[in-house]
Amino acid sequence: MEKHYTDSKVKGVSTGTTILAAVFDGGVVIGSDSRASIGGDYISSKTMNKVIQVHDRIFCGIAGSLADAQAVTKAAKSHLSFHSVQMESPPLVVAAASVLKDLCYKNKEELQAGFMTAGWDRKKGPQIYVVALGGMLLNQQVTIGGSGSTYIFGYVDAKYKPNMTREECVQFATNALALAMGRDNVSGGVAHLVVITEKEVEHVVVPGDKLPRFHDE
Amino acid sequence: MDKTLRRGPERQLGVKNDTKSVFFININVNSLCVCVCVCVCVCVCVCGLQYDLSASTFSPDGRVFQVEYAMKAVENSSTAIGIRCKDGIVFGVEKLVLSKLYEEGSNKRIFNIDRHVGMAVAGLLADARSLAEVAREEASNFRSNYGHDIPLKHLSDRVAMYVHAYTLYSAVRPFGCSFILGSYNKDDGAQLYMVDPSGISYGYWGCAIGKAKQAAKTEIEKLQMREMTCRELVKEVAKIIYIVHDEVKDKAFELELSWVGEVTNGRHELVPKDIKEEAEKYAKDSLEEEDDSDEDNM
Repeated sequence: MEKHYTDSKVKGVSTGTTILAAVFDGGVVIGSDSRASIGGDYISSKTMNKVIQVHDRIFCGIAGSLADAQAVTKAAKSHLSFHSVQMESPPLVVAAASVLKDLCYKNKEELQAGFMTAGWDRKKGPQIYVVALGGMLLNQQVTIGGSGSTYIFGYVDAKYKPNMTREECVQFATNALALAMGRDNVSGGVAHLVVITEKEVEHVVVPGDKLPRFHDE
Repeated sequence: MDKTLRRGPERQLGVKNDTKSVFFININVNSLCVCVCVCVCVCVCVCGLQYDLSASTFSPDGRVFQVEYAMKAVENSSTAIGIRCKDGIVFGVEKLVLSKLYEEGSNKRIFNIDRHVGMAVAGLLADARSLAEVAREEASNFRSNYGHDIPLKHLSDRVAMYVHAYTLYSAVRPFGCSFILGSYNKDDGAQLYMVDPSGISYGYWGCAIGKAKQAAKTEIEKLQMREMTCRELVKEVAKIIYIVHDEVKDKAFELELSWVGEVTNGRHELVPKDIKEEAEKYAKDSLEEEDDSDEDNM
């Protein structure tokens, strides 16, 4: 059935993708590759940013159909900005993730997009929520997604430690993305990383030639 | 003959300052139904005249009388108080027992809106019950949409908006009840908000609604609630209700106490029976002490 297509077989422009997010001590890193392709044959963008900001300290990594993901994040962003004005405080990460989950679940027949919501809020600090294709919501410390993620499950399981420092975590994320991009044909380009802490949000871009190289490259 | 006819209706109505009705009478002296209409208009409350017949009308001095009348309905009901302390909220309601046949503990005036939110009401109980349902739905929808407990300020704003909507149209009447909402959670601490029939909500450290609200407010102001804990506050709340209860006009009453705070782990519950009995004993003893000291002074 159509619903069980993997990312690379989705019709139209899809983000055959690698996205990942990891919590460190005091913040969270969310990263992605930058390749957008049509059917795995033609690369329609080499520098697409798949980490979208939905609020000051909340970002979303997208996977699946690009059109669906953009539509959903746009709707979520406007909903959240209204919500945060009403509440007179920044939205909680769980609230942002719930909004996305509702959109995914209620329109699950039409949509084909999954998200990784990562952010920082005053109540629980850094958090990551995975909103899967059908609208499942799950809280995790580290998570990977997209077609390229299959190649790095082992690496992530072995190398992720809770309470890493910021530098360790950024290095971990860069390595993981580089490994995935090295094996998945629909992931590639540059590595986009966003580091979210209480004080600030930092966007790091690692161009293709600066990515870490491994033994047979 | 004409002169007598003209004067007759004027004298019956006792009209003095109402030039409009006099005018009517002068024009349509022989019309009986006009006289009756004027009669009805003038006989209604002196302060409202024809501006108090619907909530969609302002009076010339800028008041909406229907809303003010709704607030009077609240003042006819027995007292309810809510006090915020450093680690929670305590509600106390003086529930007048109109008949010995009532089952004890029935007709509660304190409602659970969500796990962490409680509501104490004064005024028309039926109106209050439907507003409790509205508040419950708001809290539940928020949790369903956003995945976490509704912050109390937001809940009280939403319910206040709903109450306010009923003060805009002539087809409906305003709600005849005020209510106090209270909640506690670890991050935001204790919060207390009161909503009145006009649809305004205010945050408070302590507030009282109902017939003895002035006396209750005076007593509440004497407390140092910011430094107290819930356990100490429960006794003081019971004492205040006993103090403001009017033994002469209203006889039997039941005290309803509930709290939410660190002591209940953030859940809104009725105060357990043993603590309630201890609080009531403290209240009765304090009253006797005051009576004794009054007698000594005399």
